[in-house]
Amino acid sequence: MTTRRMVLLGGVAAGGALIVGYALWPSHRRERENALAAGPDERFVSNWIKIANDGIVTVIVPHCDMGTGNITALTQMAAEELDADWSQMRGEQAPPDPLFANGALAEGFILSGQNIGYGQVPAFLRGLVGNSFRTIAEYKNLQITGGSSAVRFTGVYGMRVTGAAVREMLVMAASARWNVSPDACRTEKGRVFHGGKSFGYGELAAEAAAYTPSDNPVLKSPDKYTIVGRPVPRFDVPAKVNGTAQYGIDVRVPGMLYAALRIAPVFGAKLASVDSVAAEKMRGVSKVVKLDDAVVVVADRFWRAKNAVESLAPVWRKSGNEDETSARITAKRDALLKSGPVKSDVKTGAGADALAKGKLVEAQYSVPYLAHAQMEPVNATALFKDGTLEVWSGTQDGLGARAYCAEVAKLPLEKVTFHQLQMGGGFGRRLPGYFNFLRYAAQTAMAMPGLPVKLLFTREEDMQHDYYRPNVISCFRAALDGKGAPLAWVNDYTTEDDPNPEAHIVYDIPNQAIGAAKLTTSIPTGPWRSVEASWHGFFIESFVDELAHADGADPYAYRRTLLAQRPRHRAVLELAAQQAGWGTALPKGRARGIALFESFQTIVAEVAEVEVDDKGALTVHRVTAAVDAGTTVNPDGLRAQVEGGIIFGLGAVLNGAISIDKGRVMQANFPDYEMVKLADCPQIEVHLSNSDGPYGGGGEPGVPPLAPAITNAIFAATGARIRDLPVRGQDLVAAITHPPQKQTSG
Amino acid sequence: MAIDLKVNGQVHTLDVEPDTPLLWVLRDELGLTGTKFGCGVAACGACTVHLDGEAVRSCVTPVSTVAGKEIVTIEGLGAGGLTDVQKAWITHQVPQCGYCQSGMVMAVAALLKTNPHPSDADLQAAVTNICRCGSYPRIRAAVRELAGKA
Ligand code: FES
Ligand code: FES
Repeated sequence: MTTRRMVLLGGVAAGGALIVGYALWPSHRRERENALAAGPDERFVSNWIKIANDGIVTVIVPHCDMGTGNITALTQMAAEELDADWSQMRGEQAPPDPLFANGALAEGFILSGQNIGYGQVPAFLRGLVGNSFRTIAEYKNLQITGGSSAVRFTGVYGMRVTGAAVREMLVMAASARWNVSPDACRTEKGRVFHGGKSFGYGELAAEAAAYTPSDNPVLKSPDKYTIVGRPVPRFDVPAKVNGTAQYGIDVRVPGMLYAALRIAPVFGAKLASVDSVAAEKMRGVSKVVKLDDAVVVVADRFWRAKNAVESLAPVWRKSGNEDETSARITAKRDALLKSGPVKSDVKTGAGADALAKGKLVEAQYSVPYLAHAQMEPVNATALFKDGTLEVWSGTQDGLGARAYCAEVAKLPLEKVTFHQLQMGGGFGRRLPGYFNFLRYAAQTAMAMPGLPVKLLFTREEDMQHDYYRPNVISCFRAALDGKGAPLAWVNDYTTEDDPNPEAHIVYDIPNQAIGAAKLTTSIPTGPWRSVEASWHGFFIESFVDELAHADGADPYAYRRTLLAQRPRHRAVLELAAQQAGWGTALPKGRARGIALFESFQTIVAEVAEVEVDDKGALTVHRVTAAVDAGTTVNPDGLRAQVEGGIIFGLGAVLNGAISIDKGRVMQANFPDYEMVKLADCPQIEVHLSNSDGPYGGGGEPGVPPLAPAITNAIFAATGARIRDLPVRGQDLVAAITHPPQKQTSG
Repeated sequence: MAIDLKVNGQVHTLDVEPDTPLLWVLRDELGLTGTKFGCGVAACGACTVHLDGEAVRSCVTPVSTVAGKEIVTIEGLGAGGLTDVQKAWITHQVPQCGYCQSGMVMAVAALLKTNPHPSDADLQAAVTNICRCGSYPRIRAAVRELAGKA
């Protein structure tokens, strides 16, 4: 099985350069593109970019947009290099043909977990990864289609280059018409100029398409940007306010049937038997399909399928996980950290030996399992006919989905077609490696040859058969020098993976030892918005806060001092503190907490302002965020992502917990896995501070600092130090009645 | 059992079990997929439609109880062009994944009909729909503007 690490990093262990391309296409390829995706009056000038006679420029984006605005942002990046007129730009998700799935295809290849080098690229991919390469040096930050990677990856290495190449082709076409040197021409707002004369891009497109694109076009210097950095409205928004946006769940195929399923509730259990006689007689039911670990009912309507599947009493074969409980997993996890082995990841200076040189501070933190709970329950529609499989679904990687379906169906790749639809939220749930919904849909379709079947998880199945954010514990020890700084930082944590780079700290501490102990359990886990950063952010920033208090220092000033060598981080911290009014007086019962975390190359600091009343009820009034994502493509889009990340993080701090009993998940639906609602939503302000840093991700970095900002604020308000999430159910009153001796400002 | 259902001004005669939730009739019988399924237990509001002008959660509304009533879905709401709520949603770039937004728009539209100038408190009391993407700050800003309180 693919591990999460493989999904994120697979294929990059080659040691050499990872090559993910954008490939500029020889002209015969463009003919096929034109046939597939261009109208009568438009044509592809390069891969990804087509230009119509009326000057409308459409960028075909090889990513899906799950609400993070990446189609708009990538179109901005291409438009910038094109010197396009923004009002003439359009962005579209690539059609389901491998020809367009350049980025996605390359990503799909990465997923295969093989080393990448051109010689090793399978033939079907060569044309895509081939002609022209951009080397990506920072393997670590590689992620599949998700808001945090599209801009940094496809945008930086693909869209800008292809936009610049097309601009050069348009200039060549115009200069040929005027019979002047290309150097004597300039471009602006969708036109090529020479002196007082000009042509619109639409007029030149057909001639431009005849040139071979340069694979090394001249890129603009960022200070000349007029489109990148502008808060443009997203292309996908209008269809999302009138019900016309098509999600996976909305697909309608002629003759389509519906399927509901029941998966073995205990992880790892298999279907032994099920009496399907009565169910098969229920109205509308076509068939009861028995799968390895699930039973599926196919009917003419979803409601009938659901009622029928719920009427069944399947017998499950035991998996040995029947006695698993959260308490047992937690005990195993804690014991592992005590007894090891702990794999060392970082050692600087004297490491743990330096602990003896100062005042020891220790603390231990944990987070529970969490479900994704994206609003659209996972689903897929599939048709198996004449030895071919056609699948419709919303996933975070169309190519990976296609390859996975081929594997499930044991069909050659060319016999499988995949249609990528919009997703009602992803957050990691729909990444490759976590495709159980595709498996059940493909297997059901194969049991119903010739009939398209839409298989939809109920919320209960979605929540109980997710790939959860893991249950993690992290132990810290530090030595303080008595002069306001830590001498030593020692951190051991559990992981289900290799040691996490997210546990590395940005603070200047001379002696460090960081290591991980590998835990395995029967509970399936997977990436959850911001992945490891979501828990290490909480752990590290809580402990830094504890150190500040132990040193009698203001938590903001303390961090600031430790960031002397990190001007970008320090600037972000200062901006958040300043905008939040750090240090200014607050009404009784209220306090602020601060936290800073870098993830996906974006640095975010957040200040939370909370209130705990005399009954212990917590209200989060305000969250102020400062963000440095290097160059911001769409500031309004980035703000929306950080707002969303804060609210996503808030649910985890306040209420989020998936618990296990008898080998199964106890929570089933929103009443017992509570979501943040309008009434819980604080006032949120997001301040952007651009820097000369690399393009950072947008979809995830807002999450990690939120939990510690809130728990640090709770400490400042009450003296209660929350070391285990969520806050719900913990007694904040007891701490209030016995406040700590000294409260620092904040 | 034949049921006459009036949806977006049009009457449909349907042969469905009386306890079928309105949500599945809209989506699977009538093909009105703008109304979404999120939980099936009245906990999220993704399935919100208007029943005689009031916001209801169609996933727990048996179709037999709404025969003859005026049902309006997201497809019917903006049939004559975008409503003010929808325009404000675009201005404030409210949707992210967008999946909850049909329900949000319907819930807010129903609120504004009875209370054209809601406070933040009125809004959060009336609109308890879930948005997992966290579009709440923008919903609040859009409604403030619609309420004349921006
Ligand atoms: S689907 Fe009806 S309230 Fe959630
Ligand atoms: S916009 Fe995605 S759930 Fe609300």
